[in-house]
Amino acid sequence: MGKLREKHEDVIEGLLARYPTKKSAILALMHLAQEEYGHMTQEAMEEVADIVDVHPTHVLSLAGFYSLYYEEPVGKYVLEICNDLACALRGADEFVEMACEKLGIPVDGTTEDGLFTIKTVMCLAACDKAPMLQCNLKYAENLDEEAFDELISNLRAEAEAAGEKPSVVKEVLDYARQ
Amino acid sequence: MAHILLRHRDIEDLHKFDVYLEHGGYQAFQKCLEAYKPQEVIDIVKKANIRGRGGAGFPAGIKWGFIPKDAEDVYVVINADESETGTFKDRELLEGNPHQVIEGALIAAYAVGARAIYCYFRGEFMDIAAPFEEAIKDLYANGWAGENIQGSGFTCHVYPTYGAGAYICGEETALLASLAGDLGQPWSKPPFPAQSGLYGEPTVVNNVETLANVPPVIVNGPEWYLEMGTDDSPGPKVVCLSGHVNRPGNYEVEMGTTYRELIDDYGGGMRDGRAFKALLPSGGSGPVITADALDAPVSFEGLKPYDSLMGSASVIVMDETTDMVWAALKMIHFFHHESCGKCTPCREGTFWLERVLEDVYEGHGTEKDIQILEDVASNMQGKCLCALGEFATSPVLSTISHFLDEYKAKVHGEAEGATMEADQETPEAAAVA
Repeated sequence: MGKLREKHEDVIEGLLARYPTKKSAILALMHLAQEEYGHMTQEAMEEVADIVDVHPTHVLSLAGFYSLYYEEPVGKYVLEICNDLACALRGADEFVEMACEKLGIPVDGTTEDGLFTIKTVMCLAACDKAPMLQCNLKYAENLDEEAFDELISNLRAEAEAAGEKPSVVKEVLDYARQ
Repeated sequence: MAHILLRHRDIEDLHKFDVYLEHGGYQAFQKCLEAYKPQEVIDIVKKANIRGRGGAGFPAGIKWGFIPKDAEDVYVVINADESETGTFKDRELLEGNPHQVIEGALIAAYAVGARAIYCYFRGEFMDIAAPFEEAIKDLYANGWAGENIQGSGFTCHVYPTYGAGAYICGEETALLASLAGDLGQPWSKPPFPAQSGLYGEPTVVNNVETLANVPPVIVNGPEWYLEMGTDDSPGPKVVCLSGHVNRPGNYEVEMGTTYRELIDDYGGGMRDGRAFKALLPSGGSGPVITADALDAPVSFEGLKPYDSLMGSASVIVMDETTDMVWAALKMIHFFHHESCGKCTPCREGTFWLERVLEDVYEGHGTEKDIQILEDVASNMQGKCLCALGEFATSPVLSTISHFLDEYKAKVHGEAEGATMEADQETPEAAAVA
């Protein structure tokens, strides 16, 4: 039995029960797998494929198509900053530059301690609150340099404290538990 | 005026089942179950002419009427994939007023005989989905979803489902493919979802805001609804205002409100007292409009004389310091990134549009490149599998048509180029401040 089944049997069953076909649960299961494995590893994809009875190459094709799945390792905290037009009109490009400089990484880079990855992403439906980002899908809005510093120091503190990091994905998928 | 859609702004904790119920919640659905046959519900929605708020403006009642009456497995899908640049209205409705959206979907399900509703959230909305998940839990606990709802004999299940980052999944056939566990790529219509949708069964796909319009129409009647807005576009509309205005945000207005009123009265005017230059009325998907169109009404027909469209009413406002070639490049970068790759004109067209535009923007372009941009764009129009490729051409073509001088300045000599560069720095510097 794989790691997902061992840890999340009831969530998995709940997700499968939402649809008439197993395959429909695949995107949610991939989200869950990524939370567990860190990114879409071979093992993660094989386990998802096994649960929904598809060939692992199908999972791989989905991992390539959908932008929220990471095919390469990423930091513990993925900062996805929107620099689309509406956000850029309110300073998002400069915000990305500032964030990269502070963490000493380029866009798509990960800090040496493995804590942070910065990505630029398309519209996140928060254009009126730019500059903004999602950190592991959690919204952080109306940001400036000071707010960014605070966010980073809070995340560092969280990483140092023992225990599992909070997960938006797990919290939401937990509703499927029966 | 009290809100009809953004009611959570007037009523605290409206996302909670008890509060929603206290304020008239589920009365519309109950009225349907008790007093109306499914066809009567369709007729009311048709009469009110509730037009699709996702951007296409297709009348919801007519869409519902396409579902074959003898079909056994019918699905209603709530399109909560909101990903258009500049659009953030569905997010607020889902988070603040989820029950009104679900009630609208339940009424749709009753009208078309669906036994299951899926709400397809874009994956990035997981952070705001908890109120919706809670709402579903409460519905089941109180007999408003599931088997034999309120003893009426009508059975309908409600499920949330999550995408994983793909703008194209807002296109209904791509959404249905994604919901079935496949790549989110559109199919060529026909078949339309009403004939063959989710799992090959008849399916209604409605936008979040469209469904939120349904309960008040059932309660107050179509005449009440038709009194609001314009003749062709009745009712309220949530407008997403962003960019260079003082107060960006969602504003619920009556259809027919002008773009000038949006900027001045709702948005508090242009930021830093700068002059208005242009706006994108439908996120990236509609041609840019300039000051001469500001007195046009926000409605499905209002921008026709200006060769543009309201779409989902995602209004991105740009002031005099904005470099329009830069703005077009931002938009084409979006469409190239989001092209699903299935059809050649879109996949290749968006690639070349971005590449050539990048050259022009960076000052390596020639006059010929402007011609190439127009050629590529016109070879995409009418040839793509879905609207994405079609839409991708509008920011490029409309900025060339309105701001050709800016394109020319980019591709000609250093004197003009230098002026442009000075201009380029202004919006960014201003945006940081």
